[in-house]
Amino acid sequence: METLTDIEWVLACYTDDVPANGGACIKHGDEQIAIYNFTRRNEWYATQNLCPHKQQMVLSRGMIGSTGEDCNPKVACPFHKKTFSLINGECLSGDDYQIKTYPVKVADGRVYVGIV
Amino acid sequence: MSQQTIIVVGNGMVGYKFCEKLIAKSSHFNIIVFGEESRIAYDRVHLSEYFNGKSADDLSLSSGSWYADNGITLYLNDPVQEINRAEKTIHSLSGTTLKYDYLVLATGSSAFVPDIPGVEKEGVFVYRTIEDLDLIKAYSANAKVGAVMGGGLLGLEAAKALIDLGIEETHVIEFAPRLMPRQIDSAGSGMLASKLKSLGLNIHLNKSTASFIGEGRIEALKFNDDSTLPVDMMVISAGIRPRDELAKLAGLQVGTRGGIIVNEKMQTSDESIFAIGECALYEGMIYGLVAPGYEMADIVAAWLSGGSKAFYGYDMSTKLKLIGVDVASFGDAFITEPDCRTLVYEDTYKGVYKRINISNDGKYLLGGILIGDADAYNILLQTVNNKIVLPPNPEDLILGSRGGEAAEGAGVLSLPDDALICSCEAVSKFDICSAVNDGATNIDSIKKCTKAGTGCGGCVPLVKDLITGTLKANGQYVKNVICEHFDYSRQELYDLVKINKVKNYDLVLDHFGKGDGCEVCKPVIAGILSSLWNDVIVKQDTIQDSNDRYLANIQKGGTYSVVPRIPGGEITPDKLIVIGQVAKKYGLYTKITGGQRIDLFGAHVNDLPQIWEELIDAGFESGHAYGKALRTVKSCVGSTWCRFGLHDSVSFAIEIEDRYKGVRSPHKLKGGVSGCIRECAEAQAKDFGVIATEKGWNLYVCGNGGSKPQHALLLATDIDSETCIKYLDRFLMFYIKTADPLTRTATWLNKMEGGLSYLKNVVINDSLGIVEQLEEEMQQLINSYHCEWKEVVDNPDLRKRFAHFVNAPEVKDPNIKFESMRQQVKAQW
Ligand code: SRM
Ligand SMILES: Cc1cc2nc3c(=O)[nH]c(=O)nc-3n(C[C@H](O)[C@H](O)[C@H](O)COP(=O)(O)OP(=O)(O)OC[C@H]3O[C@@H](n4cnc5c(N)ncnc54)[C@H](O)[C@@H]3O)c2cc1C
Ligand code: SF4
Ligand code: FES
Repeated sequence: METLTDIEWVLACYTDDVPANGGACIKHGDEQIAIYNFTRRNEWYATQNLCPHKQQMVLSRGMIGSTGEDCNPKVACPFHKKTFSLINGECLSGDDYQIKTYPVKVADGRVYVGIV
Repeated sequence: MSQQTIIVVGNGMVGYKFCEKLIAKSSHFNIIVFGEESRIAYDRVHLSEYFNGKSADDLSLSSGSWYADNGITLYLNDPVQEINRAEKTIHSLSGTTLKYDYLVLATGSSAFVPDIPGVEKEGVFVYRTIEDLDLIKAYSANAKVGAVMGGGLLGLEAAKALIDLGIEETHVIEFAPRLMPRQIDSAGSGMLASKLKSLGLNIHLNKSTASFIGEGRIEALKFNDDSTLPVDMMVISAGIRPRDELAKLAGLQVGTRGGIIVNEKMQTSDESIFAIGECALYEGMIYGLVAPGYEMADIVAAWLSGGSKAFYGYDMSTKLKLIGVDVASFGDAFITEPDCRTLVYEDTYKGVYKRINISNDGKYLLGGILIGDADAYNILLQTVNNKIVLPPNPEDLILGSRGGEAAEGAGVLSLPDDALICSCEAVSKFDICSAVNDGATNIDSIKKCTKAGTGCGGCVPLVKDLITGTLKANGQYVKNVICEHFDYSRQELYDLVKINKVKNYDLVLDHFGKGDGCEVCKPVIAGILSSLWNDVIVKQDTIQDSNDRYLANIQKGGTYSVVPRIPGGEITPDKLIVIGQVAKKYGLYTKITGGQRIDLFGAHVNDLPQIWEELIDAGFESGHAYGKALRTVKSCVGSTWCRFGLHDSVSFAIEIEDRYKGVRSPHKLKGGVSGCIRECAEAQAKDFGVIATEKGWNLYVCGNGGSKPQHALLLATDIDSETCIKYLDRFLMFYIKTADPLTRTATWLNKMEGGLSYLKNVVINDSLGIVEQLEEEMQQLINSYHCEWKEVVDNPDLRKRFAHFVNAPEVKDPNIKFESMRQQVKAQW
């Protein structure tokens, strides 16, 4: 289990900043974080915005969806459609890439991202 | 067990594969690799793709950190110069001396350069490494005429590369009386030659080169028959020479014509030294293909880790990778009567030649040759290799079954379990079918769990057939479904969405799909919804491909391009000035496109609405360069200015472009209108093309440029403008309704049963009784046209979405940087 003590919760944006079933990018210092509003599942996710394939700052503009029997949520990079699990950042297209994921909390129309 | 040290000499394809196989089998070894080239092992088989946009990185067989991650020490740019067999050490160029327990020589081969006077001249190249290709590319910029010496597999590939590099005139010089003398017979070679001629190659057979003429650099070839051929550059592809110099120096046994002699365990005359790949000589034979090299790598890796496996020769069947020409030979291609029965099918009109050699008792396929259509290559090769008993009418193998029951025994499922499907990765039919039964039901998941199809890729069609076949055999109904979320084809879904009048993606998914959707079905359905209802697409922005979501094409680095519509390529000076002003103001790079309009590159996503506001104020509209939609209708200047022009092609092009602008389709659509048969608008290369005749217009359809160019076919002759538009409405709407996603009109027609005559019947003779409906549906789309950029510009909520950071909308992506180039900007990335 995750210990919540060393997580800093940062106000990322407001819920209506992120389109339904899509993503948007936020700036946290010099870091770019992609936030996903998975309306269909009533879930929120966050990952790094950088796609490790060709180092493009674009994951927030990718399409989200799910794969497999267990409906594993994922995002597809808009550049070459490599897909990544929103749960653990694993590359689902068979490459060895790994992206960073962040915990997300939503309260009173505000979206918070947990920075470890 | 103490770690043994394995030193691998050569970091080519086979050397790399050996490391991969060895670490997969055992972790007991300390592996050290020496490579002479400056980069990590790359895919030489697909080297030519370096000229078609693949980078050196794309060709790499592994990531840069792979060696370190797996505990392998790698010395690049550092050839081994000496082997001391008594001490069991090697010595490299950089001065490193290391001890080995086992040594693996994977030094490959080099291009054979015949000793012809003048061969050292500038402008003479070989075709083996990325560096060779860089040199060829640089030199070709100033060359108009190029020649390739050698009409074999590699020579033809090199010749195609010269054409791709823009060499205006390319010659192939072959010493033998036919092309690919080692793979195909003379009838096949004749057919191949005529196909290659139509690609623009000049072929000279029976020609032996006496000398290369020129002052310092090559200027001409002189042949033994005293004729000459002026050339600016030359690529030599006259065969390969195994790199056995190191082995020879160390006193290992080598063949008289080169190659390090090995036994069936790939051991050289020194039992601690192995040789694999193109440097190894097994029973007098060098195997110049990658699959046997991989097999050799596997044998050594297995032996070192305690297994036993032996090499007994390898199948040398090949398929040529030339785009636009299918050539394959398999099994015993040359065996002739009376040792076998030979069946030949020839269609000189289409350029197809097929030959199969069958055992005299009619039971087995021995080998064959396929030119012009090699679709059956994989299955025929399997039939030979697995000694599958032939069906009663073996001609079906090359003709396809004509009516009646499908030929029994020719199907993929009749292959034995141990049939080798992917020879690069040694994956059998059993492995693939088991993976399918375990739930890997598409090509990507098969690649992931079995590695089949990840090497040269040649087996992919066969793997796909096996997946379909296995699913069918399990009673699963297989059809061309969109993705895991929808059990429908695009056409079925189009009809369902239409009949049920569903207008948004979520409802489509609720009614007809399952799960949460994905990047495959979202844009397909987005396209269907727009083709049907033509609603503002950014209302459902998150189901659009990135380009459609931001109504602009995304580029390297994350900037976007802006392409205003310039119908028919006609533009007023005032509008040109506005484009210039906008480009200057927002720091955009401008270029005239191949579609007769102007592209402005390098826009920040934040600037897009403002840029478009200014363009729209000046009377521009979206050019839909980002959408699967009508792009341009190219025009020639036509009768208004041109002395040959028969009709006003510009007016007609503008009329057509305005008519269909904004219409979404399964893939992009392009048109052209020429004022006479000189065809300056290249209308026959477009999805639809109109050419003026004395009596009216000729209408052509289903042409394509791009990677698989195809000329458009004549649909109707001498029709008036009104009829032309009517036919176009029907044709386009029929395409929009029935094509698979991302299928251009040319491919759609190629797959259509009955081809052009069927299409003519539907569009002109109304054989399906739907033309009125098609015209009506098209009219609805035309009536609902809106400029989608105008909708965004006028709507503050939509404008808000064009921000890089939602929590800092005024900040642009700091990662985007520009540098200058030819007095304009260029994105750094
Ligand atoms: C800008 C332009 C090149 C130029 O500088 O001239 C261009 C640029 C691109 N082309 Fe093209 N094509 C351009 C004319 C062409 C032409 C020539 C023509 O239209 O007469 C062709 C061959 C004709 C044809 O399509 O049949 C062409 C065949 C392609 C193809 C291959 C299509 C095929 O069926 O094989 C692609 C890939 C695709 O669409 O899947 C492509 C894709 C692309 C994309 C969209 C790649 C992408 O997804 O990022 C490029 C976007 C550039 C950008 O960021 O704006 N482009 N492209 C041309 C824009 C024309 C315009 O005004 O809209
Ligand atoms: C353009 C082209 C197209 C081809 N197409 C096909 C095809 O379609 N199908 C097919 O099966 N095959 C094809 N081939 C052949 C295929 O690429 C080779 O069979 C394969 O690369 C052989 O692998 P290898 O490791 O033995 O040799 P290489 O890949 O040549 O690797 C040998 C490496 O060893 C290095 N080396 C040599 N001496 C030393 C030394 N003393 N110390 C350190 N390093 C050394 C070399 O620099 C080289 O990097 C093609 C080849 C070319 C050039
Ligand atoms: S196609 Fe005909 S009308 Fe058009 S420019 Fe060429 S010659 Fe003139
Ligand atoms: S940059 Fe993301 S998939 Fe290529």
